[in-house]
Amino acid sequence: MRPILMKGHERPLTFLKYNRDGDLLFSCAKDHNPTVWFADNGERLGTYRGHNGAVWCCDVSRDSGRLITGSADQTAKLWNVQTGQQLFTFNFDSPARSVDFSVGDKLAVITTDPFMELSSAIHVKRIAKDPSDQTAESLLVIKGPQGRINRAIWGPLNKTIISAGEDAVIRIWDSETGKLLKESDKELGHKKTITSLAKSADGSHFCTGSLDKSAKIWDSRTLSLVKTYVTERPVNAVTMSPLLDHVVLGGGQDASAVTTTDHRAGKFEAKFFDKILQEEIGGVKGHFGPINALAFNPDGKSFSSGGEDGYVRLHHFDPDYFNIKI
Amino acid sequence: MKIIIELRSQQLLAQGNWLARVSKRAVERREWSKFGDAVNEDVGSRLTAVSTEEIVLERPKPIGSTTIETKPGDPDAVLMVCRNCGKKGDHWTARCPIRNLSQPADEFVDKPPAAAPVSTNNAYVPPSLRAGADRTGGSDMRRRNDENSVRVTNLSEDTREPDLHELFGTFGSVSRVYVAIDKNTGTSRGFGFVNFVNREDAQRAINKLNGYGYDNLILKVEWATPRTT
Repeated sequence: MRPILMKGHERPLTFLKYNRDGDLLFSCAKDHNPTVWFADNGERLGTYRGHNGAVWCCDVSRDSGRLITGSADQTAKLWNVQTGQQLFTFNFDSPARSVDFSVGDKLAVITTDPFMELSSAIHVKRIAKDPSDQTAESLLVIKGPQGRINRAIWGPLNKTIISAGEDAVIRIWDSETGKLLKESDKELGHKKTITSLAKSADGSHFCTGSLDKSAKIWDSRTLSLVKTYVTERPVNAVTMSPLLDHVVLGGGQDASAVTTTDHRAGKFEAKFFDKILQEEIGGVKGHFGPINALAFNPDGKSFSSGGEDGYVRLHHFDPDYFNIKI
Repeated sequence: MKIIIELRSQQLLAQGNWLARVSKRAVERREWSKFGDAVNEDVGSRLTAVSTEEIVLERPKPIGSTTIETKPGDPDAVLMVCRNCGKKGDHWTARCPIRNLSQPADEFVDKPPAAAPVSTNNAYVPPSLRAGADRTGGSDMRRRNDENSVRVTNLSEDTREPDLHELFGTFGSVSRVYVAIDKNTGTSRGFGFVNFVNREDAQRAINKLNGYGYDNLILKVEWATPRTT
């Protein structure tokens, strides 16, 4: 396949997200402007100007009308996807790390980093249909987890919030009361910071990737460990194919360590694993730096990866990808 | 415009073309105007480019029976492993195209009796250095001799080797004696070494002869190297 290279960001990529229809790709990077691209040919549609810090995460509503972004400038912003206009700003006392719309786009969960004496927190905000009605009040604030929460998403039917972070423990919280319902098992769980979390297409399970060079799949309701995938590199990003039973992991060494090893250009790869057999299917090379973001198009026929090098690589699969057998 | 587009896609579908199912809204979004930094972009901007390299999903090497490395019609090919480059089914180690002639020498240095000599390519190897040669006896003798070396100082001028041999011979078998001779005058420089076969003899010699009067001089007898007894 011939990947499409998109160099819209000057700084490392942090997050990639496709919209529900799969025709738009949103990219967030450490430069302050999230960008939206057309997912078929990689043509840039626009950028969202307004943030003053690295943008860590974004989510788009189901109708592709609203975009929410979380940034290190201690705000989360709501945008009109089409015009690029800012609709609302949620202010916090510490950098906002992860954002996620609920099913139905009526609520959003935003996590904030620990900052000085403040511990990390999970905020649930109501999203009004009409932006002028939007208020900044939190429906629920959950404090408590140690360390940074790297990702928090809504569980099945918006009943729960699943969070994972630096302390390598996955927690399930009740989304109405804020009570901690479950914690991942310390023995079976990750040993180092969990960097990424991705829900399956139907929400029944999710995949976590960690710096301990492994990724694991967990059941969304019971939090039991289902599968583990082991690689040689710390995992920065995970995604699951909505079409086939594949899991893709992206990661890499620090840039500082690269020069001491074989530095063939573009050596960083996104590794494909068979979801059920836990075996490696192959890798797609090309990035010049560790891969920080991965996303599968909802139709399962293409995927994109964003790296430390600032490039987004959009891959449309060849027909023989769909016939891979182990 | 919209109507035409919808008709077209219906037409194509009716013709049975494999068409990516694009939702109506997606088609609408295609028509959106650019915003933000993309406003002043010309169509030929270099932001988006198709890769010049063909990238494939690289399969990891050992896949089992689906590998195509074995030559067709050669059932033993899978067993043909080259230790140098790791390729299977292509050539044996001796026929490796990247035959490295320099063997790592450090493997052999640490095991003198049992190991083969360092990187000889069909050169002559003396019997004592050949693999399996019995070299334990020789080395033992030599080592023990140096360990059982006794230094004698304050010797008189005319003391020579036979004198020391006689003197120390009463304690045990002496393998070697040496007296330092001044080349110019031919006289003893006043010290010498005696090597015993047995350590106990050496120890007894030291005990008895240290401070012994010999030829009007008091001898000093001690271990040649500082050694705890």
